[in-house]
Amino acid sequence: MTKNETDERRAAMALLAAATARELDSAWTAWPERPAVEDLRKAACGLVMVRGRIGGDGAPFNLGEATVTRAAVRLSTGHIGHAYLLGRAPERARLAAIFDALWQDVSARPRVDTELLAPVRARLAAEAAKAVAEAAATRVEFFTVTRGDNQEAAS
Amino acid sequence: MYVAVKGGEAAIRNAHRLMAHERRGDPEVPEVSAAQIDGQLALAVDRVMTEGSLYDRGLAALAIKQARGDLVEAIFLVRAFRATLPRLGATEPLDTSNMAIRRRVSATFKDLPGGQILGPTFDYTHRLIDGALDGFAPPEPATAAPREEAVPRVTDLLGEEGLIEPSPRDDGSEPGDLTREPLAFPIGRDLRLQALARGDEGFLLALGYSTQRGFARSHPFAGEIRMGEVEVEIFVEELGFAVTLGTITVTECQMVNQFKGAGDAPPQFTRGYGLTFGHCERKAMAMALVDRALRAAELGEDVSAPAQDEEFVIMHSDNVEATGFVEHLKLPHYVDFQSELDLLRRLRAEWDAAALKEAAQ
Repeated sequence: MTKNETDERRAAMALLAAATARELDSAWTAWPERPAVEDLRKAACGLVMVRGRIGGDGAPFNLGEATVTRAAVRLSTGHIGHAYLLGRAPERARLAAIFDALWQDVSARPRVDTELLAPVRARLAAEAAKAVAEAAATRVEFFTVTRGDNQEAAS
Repeated sequence: MYVAVKGGEAAIRNAHRLMAHERRGDPEVPEVSAAQIDGQLALAVDRVMTEGSLYDRGLAALAIKQARGDLVEAIFLVRAFRATLPRLGATEPLDTSNMAIRRRVSATFKDLPGGQILGPTFDYTHRLIDGALDGFAPPEPATAAPREEAVPRVTDLLGEEGLIEPSPRDDGSEPGDLTREPLAFPIGRDLRLQALARGDEGFLLALGYSTQRGFARSHPFAGEIRMGEVEVEIFVEELGFAVTLGTITVTECQMVNQFKGAGDAPPQFTRGYGLTFGHCERKAMAMALVDRALRAAELGEDVSAPAQDEEFVIMHSDNVEATGFVEHLKLPHYVDFQSELDLLRRLRAEWDAAALKEAAQ
């Protein structure tokens, strides 16, 4: 894979990790001529140690763990897909792995993009925009108080 | 004398059954779901995730429900759960400068790039109990057009002028992990921060408070507190690249402390650092105060106060260990106590005999 393609796959996998069970399930249910799926690694939960940095930008330290689920599948087309996502969600992980495999099939990729990745991207963007706008409304706008009875002292 | 310790199975079974009944409360009142706890008691969930040292909202919410709202018990449940799962690896360190910020305040600069963003906060509320809260439907949050500007860390702004010490450099070495290896004091700042991150909020709050009251005075300013979402990435060997696992909410506190300079170090501000899962602002601030206090020896300061005593602080900050040892006193100590009682009776008899002999003389 070229660097460009790796970056694109990384971005696709990030969206698949963020997709809801419903988004994944409806895209898979509606998929035409679904290939057979073989579980290379049955979806299973585990932990990752989440690291922070001392001072935010220094040497790393172990902050605490998070639950993750991972899965790997092989489609009858021969494509292998992987999924790694936060939480305990075997069904989501398996479907995300299936779509990672489909995405690697160049003929299926446009459909993965339009039917699944684009709507997930749009939902995440809308959620992020809403959060940013709500936070922006709580931004403090300072103003200088001028005393009415002592104009000279105020500057 | 051998004392039989078997028995009580039926009593224990019935006690747990009674507890489950009490946990449900009045059956006329609807049961709370873990999802309701997650959404409506969100800060309790955040605390259980932080001190349980496991980011999983649903699990923490369920633990709170199971523990009847006893957060230390819930933290215990979460810690026990984590012991059942395999560790798949460690993430790339979080990049808090790239946070999707929902709250960001600085007590050191009024006007700073990115501004003061209050976010969802109890600050400036009147702390009056709201009798009308049940059934209250809050209005939609206000929105405003966001400004397109970077939100640099306050410590980076001071760092540009060289007025604050830099963070310890990442030399590529693996950070220590207290869940894998027993602590051998003195320990590094990496291990201290791991212990403080999972440490009891109340204990760290009291220690942080003690530093403000004069026990290891370090003149702290809340340089910056930020809360929001950060991406979590992990490098996957078999893929050969880092994948994004999702986003988590974290709270970060940069405490800025006075420092006169010592030896080779010029006069400059020093730092204490706090980082928690979820929105745990009080905890992040207390953690940053205690982190700074524990750096006394490193900075050539007198080590005289409890908050500066590394072994004392770290060995007593974990509420699961603390509750285990304190609460084990409830368990049968019949044999121990019998031997103490026998000893005391013998000493008492000797004492009585001596007193009698003295009185007779």
